[in-house]
Amino acid sequence: MSNPMKNRYDFVLIFDVKDGNPNGDPDAGNLPRIDPETGHGLITDVCLKRKVRDYVMLAKNLSLEFDIWVKSKSLTLNEQIQRAYAEDDAVKKAVEAWKAWQKDKKKNPKPARHYEDVARDWMCRNFYDIRTFGAVMSTSDKAEKDGVDGMSKIKKTAGQVRGPVQITFSRSVDPIVALEHSITVCAARKADKPVESQIGIQGRKNTVPYGLYVAHGFVSAHLAAQTGFGEDDLNLLWDALCNMFENDRSAARGLMSTQQLVIFKHNSALGNAPAHSLFKRVILTRKDDSKPARDFSDYKLEINKSNLPAGISIIERL
Amino acid sequence: MKGFCLEVKGSYACFTRPEMKVERVSYDVITPSAARAVYDAILWKPAIFWRVTRIEVLAPIRWISVRRNEVGAVASTKKRHIFVEDNRQQRAGLFLRDVKYRLFAEFEFIPPEKRGKVYNPVPDYLHDMEELEIVRQDEKPAKYAAMFERRASKGQCFNQPYLGCREFSAQFRLVDPQVEPASPISETRDLGWMLYDMDYSDPSNIKPQFFRAKLSYGVLNLGNVEVRS
Repeated sequence: MSNPMKNRYDFVLIFDVKDGNPNGDPDAGNLPRIDPETGHGLITDVCLKRKVRDYVMLAKNLSLEFDIWVKSKSLTLNEQIQRAYAEDDAVKKAVEAWKAWQKDKKKNPKPARHYEDVARDWMCRNFYDIRTFGAVMSTSDKAEKDGVDGMSKIKKTAGQVRGPVQITFSRSVDPIVALEHSITVCAARKADKPVESQIGIQGRKNTVPYGLYVAHGFVSAHLAAQTGFGEDDLNLLWDALCNMFENDRSAARGLMSTQQLVIFKHNSALGNAPAHSLFKRVILTRKDDSKPARDFSDYKLEINKSNLPAGISIIERL
Repeated sequence: MKGFCLEVKGSYACFTRPEMKVERVSYDVITPSAARAVYDAILWKPAIFWRVTRIEVLAPIRWISVRRNEVGAVASTKKRHIFVEDNRQQRAGLFLRDVKYRLFAEFEFIPPEKRGKVYNPVPDYLHDMEELEIVRQDEKPAKYAAMFERRASKGQCFNQPYLGCREFSAQFRLVDPQVEPASPISETRDLGWMLYDMDYSDPSNIKPQFFRAKLSYGVLNLGNVEVRS
């Protein structure tokens, strides 16, 4: 890892949607997610993580050390994978050393590191999403028959990698309304049926006319050290959060944009202030309550920079 | 050893019941193990073992159901990648919302000769300069108490604590219940058998432990509960 991360970061991501469905709710026929008690819109953490992954896939083209483990087929970049997937020599050596020790514990020394740890490091080094968000891993074979490869005595364990980046559910600043639009099918899809019977069917589309959403996130320097998430990875994360909607256009999404990313940088790894006290400094207010908001310009964004706690600096990225 | 009290708040929480793990359903209140993890996220060393003594529920127990697309596969060096579309699992979750707790805990001090090995030492460049002074003191429980107090009162943490799942982050505050009294909700209920914690004494066989949880006027007293594996 070049340039290890030495600071704790807490961030506020402000993004909006215009005439689109930012995150459908499978429980409600793909209507935009709504908190039933307050009417505020919700966007899940996994929805944003998917977009970060997709952005990094496009930006880094799955190059060495920036591959993505949890891929989406909608981005068919498979042919462009330039990396060799042969297992790392270090992992092979570690397994060999472990087997040798298992076979004859008197003659062969116990390896300093378990082969699973070596394999886990290899995964973290190669996959951006694993070293950023973590993953549940199983890094050994299923138990095979005795003596086939000496692996049967090795207990199958599933390790977990906790990534340094935590993202919360996003919530809209104001309650949202979900509009339902009927659309008409005008292209026949099946060649073996008469065209007349196939067109004119009504479809449905759900949109939010306008919604401004806020997500909170955290980056822990200690967990970054454990997965090898460095400063370059961090800058790529900031880029991804700012640009992830630019490469995620679709009929369903409407116009989504990151409006502001406010990063609180602590000058220490443990941090210099409680995260929630920093998040309170980002204030979004409606300029005119008499009419519904339809654009980011209908909101006023204030970042309270007075009496910042010592050791905190604010970075505004967009 | 004097105990600590953390006031913990969050918009959502999910303390998953072990019998309902696929479509997650949360327990009604935070489990002792999740409360311990909040303390661990602020300070943990091989020298200490956090024991949660009392949980006060300050906000009414409310629910929200959220269905998400999840992936039903684990990572392994044997595979090349996971395609989400091939491993799609839509799972609902019944989560708690707008939770607020007071978590009382004290730590057990483990003498140097009985401590476990450190597998993941914190690299030198991450050491907190102001903390080093405390670190250099003698091996006494007071040293760790001072470290925890310092971190918790400044809002410092090893990683942001969370309420059951990492997406449900928690905001925490060190409070002195004498100075800032708070009144728990007035609910009295038998919550049935609830997860107490995992028993990590044998790393190759980690066992869950359960206890009979009784909420009395919003308080879960863990002082002398009977724990069964």
